[in-house]
Amino acid sequence: MAKRIDVADLNIYYGETLAVQDVSMSIEPRSVTALIGPSGCGKSTFLRSLNRMHELIPKARVAGKVMVDGQDLYAPDVDPVAVRSQIGMVFQRPNPFPTMSIYDNVAAGIKLNAKRMRTSELDEIVERSLRQANLWDEVKDRLDKPGTGLSGGQQQRLCIARAIAVRPDVLLMDEPCSALDPISTQKIEDLITELKADYTIVIVTHNMQQAARVSDTTAFFNLRGIGQPGQLVEIGDTATIFSAPANKATEDYISGRFG
Amino acid sequence: MNSPRTSVQPSDLSAVLSERLFTQGSLPRYAPGVTLAAAIVVGGVLHLSGVASGLAAVAVVVLYAVAIYGWSLAVEGARKAKNRVVTTVVTAAFLLALLPLISVVITVVGNGVGRLDVEFFTYSMHGVVGEGGGVYHAIMGTLLITALATVISVPVGMLCAIYLVEYAKGKLGRAITFFVDVMTGIPSIVAGLFAYALFALIFGPGVRMGVMGAVALSVLMIPIVVRSTEEMLRLVPAELREAAYALAVPKWRTIVKVVLPTAGAGIATGVTLAIARVVGETAPLLVTVGITTGVNMNPFDDRMATLPVFAYRQFMSPGLPPEPAIDRAWTAALLLVAVVMLLNLVARLISRLFAPKARA
Ligand SMILES: Nc1ncnc2c1ncn2[C@@H]1O[C@H](COP(=O)(O)OP(=O)(O)OP(=O)(O)O)[C@@H](O)[C@H]1O
Ligand SMILES: [Mg+2]
Repeated sequence: MAKRIDVADLNIYYGETLAVQDVSMSIEPRSVTALIGPSGCGKSTFLRSLNRMHELIPKARVAGKVMVDGQDLYAPDVDPVAVRSQIGMVFQRPNPFPTMSIYDNVAAGIKLNAKRMRTSELDEIVERSLRQANLWDEVKDRLDKPGTGLSGGQQQRLCIARAIAVRPDVLLMDEPCSALDPISTQKIEDLITELKADYTIVIVTHNMQQAARVSDTTAFFNLRGIGQPGQLVEIGDTATIFSAPANKATEDYISGRFG
Repeated sequence: MNSPRTSVQPSDLSAVLSERLFTQGSLPRYAPGVTLAAAIVVGGVLHLSGVASGLAAVAVVVLYAVAIYGWSLAVEGARKAKNRVVTTVVTAAFLLALLPLISVVITVVGNGVGRLDVEFFTYSMHGVVGEGGGVYHAIMGTLLITALATVISVPVGMLCAIYLVEYAKGKLGRAITFFVDVMTGIPSIVAGLFAYALFALIFGPGVRMGVMGAVALSVLMIPIVVRSTEEMLRLVPAELREAAYALAVPKWRTIVKVVLPTAGAGIATGVTLAIARVVGETAPLLVTVGITTGVNMNPFDDRMATLPVFAYRQFMSPGLPPEPAIDRAWTAALLLVAVVMLLNLVARLISRLFAPKARA
């Protein structure tokens, strides 16, 4: 199931502006990779280029190679829809479908694609996904109520449940815990550790402890300067990055002596 | 950094603060009422002494504004005084705008209520000379033609809006937007003549059919549907589309299953208002559908009666004696006003009941 991702010389543009420059890295299957770095350095942009969400923004484009298990994501005959069915995503801001109930939100990946499935089977998937996202107990009595009626943190967990309900091979998470309390955060981290057995996970986080706790590999992104594109400064074993980073900027950022 | 930033000592500070009170004078609650009453009295005197009523009304407003400004300035200060003047201006403008509406409703109801009887709703004008008769045929005609126009306009308008919002890039999109804007300004008689010319090309001159009217009304309706649908689709956050894409939902499914339902209530409201806009059109129906006295339920064959054309005809060629026909015209007008109001209410109801809710 889990897939290996190799990025080579990736440049990501918004129109004429280069947002992320020359990223090369490898993401191992069955591992958690944390992307850290200051705001605006292109973590979300990079993450979105891994499942071809970046090109949805008008004039946005990508140059370079992203290989997923040996297949080039940006080869001309690649269907972005097929890519996204295997590489799921949780967004920085919760975005449940306002016209759908909690149940339908979780089942959205299946229902919207009109996949045929027995009700009991779907019920099972919804319950399992909600349990994994640590939301089941809070919503099990109101599955038919709108998903937008939940609190911000609950909505975020709903979006996580929605993403894992379709069982992608790779899960991209953009600051999934930024709206969550410590208990839910803990649960999501447990979930990440649990999912790691089968999935490849890439997570963006501003929380150093979280990166240290959940990830195997850490990648530090930084801006080259004001108005300059972001770039990958250093990537390595999380333990190494946090104890003996090779780069001065990494050390400063991790220890909070930044800017 | 450790040196004191200001030289103000605590005792000075409290002295400064004590001068900056949160409270200030305010006019008594009866102040606007009393001022207005005084202004009205002056206006009344002016009117009695020969000033025209409209001018006297203007005088009342101006007097009130000046008086309340002076009084408020003296007691409450400049900001509140200005607020009171602006409030006066806004209220006066609102009443002025309301005046024609109220006047129309009163006149139409006053003149039209007389013939609002069962016969009016159940009879046509077939063989009616003088008193009696009804608009059953015209109601049916208006319903059929408006329904047909809606059936034509909604798919065309919605698909056009979907193209503009979801697919259009560059020149073609801008050209369509431009022409939709131009269409919004087409005079209704031109729409009617267009439909007539179109059908005359096919069926020969002198042709009259209900569907011609529907086509003419569509020309007026489509730009409204495009505009309102477009606006509603643009309100759907990009994040929702992205959420669907991230679940590997293809674009067309995302539009059909996520974007349209999210904008659904707004689109339905827009369509309802578009119907209300064209249901009272007279000129295009006059040249395409004409008028008859009997019931014709087939919009693909011959003339049909419609409420606006009926009202127009009864008023323009009432026959002798004219009173019964004029009464029928007023009642038909009343019916039209009622239909338009009802459609507006329905539109509000749709947007209230079916809009996506934030809370359960
Ligand atoms: N839609 C867009 N159009 C143009 N520029 C964009 C767009 N989105 C992001 N950018 C720019 O790309 C750069 C990287 O943004 P990105 O959102 O990837 O940062 P980030 O590292 O995720 O920051 P944060 O930690 O605040 O989420 C920024 O300079 C930003 O201004
Ligand atoms: Mg971000």
